[in-house]
Amino acid sequence: MTGRALILCAVLLAPPAFAVQPDEMLDDPVLESRARDLSQNLRCLVCRNENIDESDAGLAADLRVLVRERLVAGDTDEQVIAFVVDRYGEYVLLNPPANGSTLILWLAGPTMLLGAGAVAALYLRRRRRLPPEQPLSADEQARLDRILGR
Amino acid sequence: MITELGHFALILALMVALVQTIVPLVGAHNRWAGWMAAGEPAAKAQAVLVAFSFGALMHAFVTSDFSLRLVVENSHTLKPMLYKVAGVWGNHEGSLLLWCLILAVFGACAAWFGGNLPDTLRARVLAVQGFIGVAFLAFLLFTSNPFVRLGTPPFDGQDLNPLLQDPGLAFHPPFLYLGYVGLSMTFAFAVAALLEGRVDAAWGRWVRPWTLAAWIFLTIGIALGSWWAYYELGWGGFWFWDPVENASFMPWLISAALLHSAIVVEKREALKSWTILLAILAFGFSLIGTFIVRSGVLTSVHAFANDPERGVFILLILAVFMGGALTLFAARASAMEAKGVFSTFSRESALVANNILLTVACFVVFVGTLWPLIADLLFARKLSVGAPFFNAAFTPFMVALAMILPLGALMPWKRARIGRVMRPLWGALALSIAAGALVWTMQTGRAFLAPVGLILTLWVTFGVIADLWVKAGRGDFASRARRLIHLPRAEWGKSTAHFGFAITIFGICAMTAWQTEDIRIAQVGEPFEVGAYTVTLEDVREVQGPNYQSTLATIALTRGGNTLRLTPEKRFYPVQAMPTTEAAISNGVWRDLYVVIGDPQDAGGWAVRTYIKPFANWIWAGCIIMALGGGLSLSDRRHRVAAGASRRRADAVPAE
Repeated sequence: MTGRALILCAVLLAPPAFAVQPDEMLDDPVLESRARDLSQNLRCLVCRNENIDESDAGLAADLRVLVRERLVAGDTDEQVIAFVVDRYGEYVLLNPPANGSTLILWLAGPTMLLGAGAVAALYLRRRRRLPPEQPLSADEQARLDRILGR
Repeated sequence: MITELGHFALILALMVALVQTIVPLVGAHNRWAGWMAAGEPAAKAQAVLVAFSFGALMHAFVTSDFSLRLVVENSHTLKPMLYKVAGVWGNHEGSLLLWCLILAVFGACAAWFGGNLPDTLRARVLAVQGFIGVAFLAFLLFTSNPFVRLGTPPFDGQDLNPLLQDPGLAFHPPFLYLGYVGLSMTFAFAVAALLEGRVDAAWGRWVRPWTLAAWIFLTIGIALGSWWAYYELGWGGFWFWDPVENASFMPWLISAALLHSAIVVEKREALKSWTILLAILAFGFSLIGTFIVRSGVLTSVHAFANDPERGVFILLILAVFMGGALTLFAARASAMEAKGVFSTFSRESALVANNILLTVACFVVFVGTLWPLIADLLFARKLSVGAPFFNAAFTPFMVALAMILPLGALMPWKRARIGRVMRPLWGALALSIAAGALVWTMQTGRAFLAPVGLILTLWVTFGVIADLWVKAGRGDFASRARRLIHLPRAEWGKSTAHFGFAITIFGICAMTAWQTEDIRIAQVGEPFEVGAYTVTLEDVREVQGPNYQSTLATIALTRGGNTLRLTPEKRFYPVQAMPTTEAAISNGVWRDLYVVIGDPQDAGGWAVRTYIKPFANWIWAGCIIMALGGGLSLSDRRHRVAAGASRRRADAVPAE
């Protein structure tokens, strides 16, 4: 039923956004800012298209804490990401990795731009030349004469 | 009774739309004047019928008629009147009825203002518009009827989603639909021109006001939505690259491209088939947007109803209209012979570059939005495409667009010499790069964003000024000023819109690069420092609203002896059992102060977030300026004269 679905969506999808909680945050400002940057690239799995930094869901909070634990344990940014991806799959990455089939996604824009540029260049070359003059038809000539009063 | 009449009027409107589709089309094909003329009364009648039906639904909402299922699911007696009215389109069925209403009104406008069109073109435009009406009215009546009654009406309703109970969101959908549906007019003109087999300067002139109108509405609608996200979602983001946002952004990009290419058709009779294609695609993206929002194939923050059956119906509409139009395009496009000749450096070429950048940018958004679906279907990979991808893949196109904008605006038609074009611009270039370098040396960290944003903003702004300066011609100040004042409105519209674009770029870059954020547990009465401000949580108390309970905090922000008090709220709507945050924002030209109150902490104190967001309002101010520019251009004499002249001619020569 739509009504129920709507309410469900509303609760799940657009939470009142309370994001990172103060008690989750690390005291070390450098680590904390790394944690914030990392969380902005990780997707909250139970929400719709929200990163864990902004999400209100319990799972997102768990992930935020997890990221911070790994950072405190001395992981590099890449190691933290790899740790999370190993457990939750590449679905958590808001920035899809540029490998395999995803290369198509990353190259779609540049390829299209090149293609469009090539087509436009051809078009411009053609546009530079004048199309052959079309002589007036007999009808048009007669009308022109009439208008000019000849 | 009124409800039944509304329902009946809707069914009648579908019948009228069928007549509006078939009769003028057959008439135009056979050159039967009487049949062609049938389109106009039909379009007007359809508008009146759908308007009546919409009024009936609104009546049910305003009087809280809980025998209607839609009202039960989306309203409540305690809901404020504004949201009872806005609740009509705060749901799938009602918003679709609004869509049909706007569609019918646009059709009626084409009938009213279309007097200057050739009879066959007008008949065909109205027929295509009627056909779109048939599709959507059928969709409405067969899958999403808003007038379904309940056998046993409850005593009260389930209330509207609290997130939608907000002035920004009350007006966001109507504007967006005005934009989406406005593009149906350009589509109708494109298909009619293909049927006629003829596109000329006059066609470019007729189609431009409709595109402009649609683009203006889309701009306002998108700005309202983004503004709503900014203050309602609670962390001050303004754009999330969410599928639903992208759904509205793609038609905006394409209509912006169409706006520019239609100028080339109008002034130079070139780019004809390309413009037709853009007009078709623009509406195509509107339909794709509708599909994304209403089918639930893509998960999104603000999706509407998720119903596969409806999704299939929209997909069918999309297939029929796009398939039909593109087939027609393939068959007829070669007949649109271009006349204008121009060299590689010319305004025509600059507008081609503009079109390439806007269209490819739109394509990137399109692929990024659908990629999770494609990857799942074709490669069995479950992945997400989020903001980081779009920021990286989309932004370069806008940077390039801003870079070529002043050049294109100053180039003459046909043939330009780059030296001449650059002569008034060297100063602008030097000044903007100097300002960018200054900012780069002064700021700490976050290297490129703000300086690049500033360079682009100044470059476009000075470019606009240089353009006006050149147009003002030679002579003393008075004669320049006089010439400026007498420039056509379209010229001012162009300058204004480009300036708005620059302002939006600056707002986005400055706010993203320079915002200060503070998240902490604040104890009542204990001050803390954020940026140049001393912030104190003074008081937290419980307040009862009309249909919600609120936790209301008072937060004082002091700077240099001036104190400002903000009252952020946390609301709870009991009927929908849903909490919302109401951030308190002090809007300013130079900065926004943005405070949010969170949960009470076990150890005492409250979670408080404080943001200082420099130049935040410039983002939406820029959008409003862009829309104003569009409005100025729309009010240009050429468009009005065309409309006025038609009226006279229509009076003098009665319809045969």
